[in-house]
Amino acid sequence: MIEVLRLRAKAMEAVRRFFAERDFIEVETPAIVPCPGLDVHLSAFEVRDPRGATVGWLATSPEYQMKRLLSAGAECIFQLCRSYRAEEQGRHHEREFTMLEWYRAHATSDDVIHDTERLVTRVAEAIGSPDAALLAPPWDRMTVDEAFDRHASQPIDPADEETFFRIWTEEVQPALGAERPVVVTQWPASMASLAKLHPNGTADRFEAFFRGVELCNGFGELTDAAEQRRRFERDQAQRREAGLPVYPIDERFLEALAAGMPESGGNALGIDRLLMLLTGASSIQSVMPFPAEDL
Amino acid sequence: MADTSDIKKGFKMLIDGVPYAVVDHQFVKPGKGQAFIRTRIKNMMTGAVIDRTFKSGEKLEKADTEERTMQYLYPEGDSRVFMDTQSYEQISLTNEQLGENVYYLLDGTEVDIMLFEGRPIGVTPPTFVELVVTETEPGFKGDTSSNTTKPATLETGLQVNVPLFVNTGDKLKIDTRTAAYVERVKG
Repeated sequence: MIEVLRLRAKAMEAVRRFFAERDFIEVETPAIVPCPGLDVHLSAFEVRDPRGATVGWLATSPEYQMKRLLSAGAECIFQLCRSYRAEEQGRHHEREFTMLEWYRAHATSDDVIHDTERLVTRVAEAIGSPDAALLAPPWDRMTVDEAFDRHASQPIDPADEETFFRIWTEEVQPALGAERPVVVTQWPASMASLAKLHPNGTADRFEAFFRGVELCNGFGELTDAAEQRRRFERDQAQRREAGLPVYPIDERFLEALAAGMPESGGNALGIDRLLMLLTGASSIQSVMPFPAEDL
Repeated sequence: MADTSDIKKGFKMLIDGVPYAVVDHQFVKPGKGQAFIRTRIKNMMTGAVIDRTFKSGEKLEKADTEERTMQYLYPEGDSRVFMDTQSYEQISLTNEQLGENVYYLLDGTEVDIMLFEGRPIGVTPPTFVELVVTETEPGFKGDTSSNTTKPATLETGLQVNVPLFVNTGDKLKIDTRTAAYVERVKG
């Protein structure tokens, strides 16, 4: 237990120093938010007041509020915070986990991948990970199409999302980053979420993998408020159709985009997964002082 | 009706009429995608282990299985007769159904019998049993090293490799998971 506390403290300190050296501001955003994210495959905890009225939801990520800060003029910001996801429990999932999220204004997803490679190396060195040398930049890159070509037993139609993710989960992801981390780019447009599109029609979104585990998910951020509203409305319709709770659209967030959010790159990285990988642990629970099952 | 949230080690489900037990399971969720439960499951009829991925929330049919502790009574033709120590109900299993486990059955041995829809489909013997050697080459006095071994036949017909110092009439402790000699039992 004390070992886990020391490990985490060292890692957090390294993260903070890394960003301080690059003139980032550490920010804080609320845990209870008016919209927890409309992604069809995310489930949020609802928060009620003592009379039973819905106050909001626990944030599944601090994305909307951090982007409002970008729109308000903050240029380089990072946050270490808890994020909350209902119905996610497993060796690589906890309902409450530590997220490192950062944004760079006037920057691209490439700039943020560059940050990621250096940050992860820095944390590995700070905690004395035996893998520190393996993690040295630059990491390999491949597109989603290349990942399927290389590792899938059959060609994939991205329109058939269920098959796409089934093959991804069973065949592709487990093979990613076996030796060294790999950054997978150019996701299908239907999975763009809050990322802008590349001129070739794919989403400007990336995920890094090490030893078959997803470490982070980053975007070249979508700044077009009208397009973002269309995507939210499509997500709401899908949620309604699937019988899932339909969270409201965060109008303040859309107002911030409309007011002019600068072109930005951002990334969200799971600290618990990073520490699990860097220490060779087999679950994120083993690098957490209080996993849900021990409460 | 159960669903994927019921999956845990040992959970028993019916797939195409066959009972499977969960050996290992993992919740997986790609970045922006559908969540799945990847499982390793064991066919309870054949023992074959396969990988199977379920969509999170998928409905599952629970297998109607039950494990009961029973006492071995006696052989009867090609079968062996067991008695439920609680209800005194008797059932019989063929030697074929018992497989290797026939070698661990002595009068009164308690085994766990897995029933599927009331029919016996598997037997788990005690982890360790003690069996007497009925035939082996004479032992060499003073040789207590177990680096060299020789074959021995035990009272149930089981053949194991034993150290050279073991003699006919000795009682041996056998690990039923590996069918291997553990030690000689005094007395």
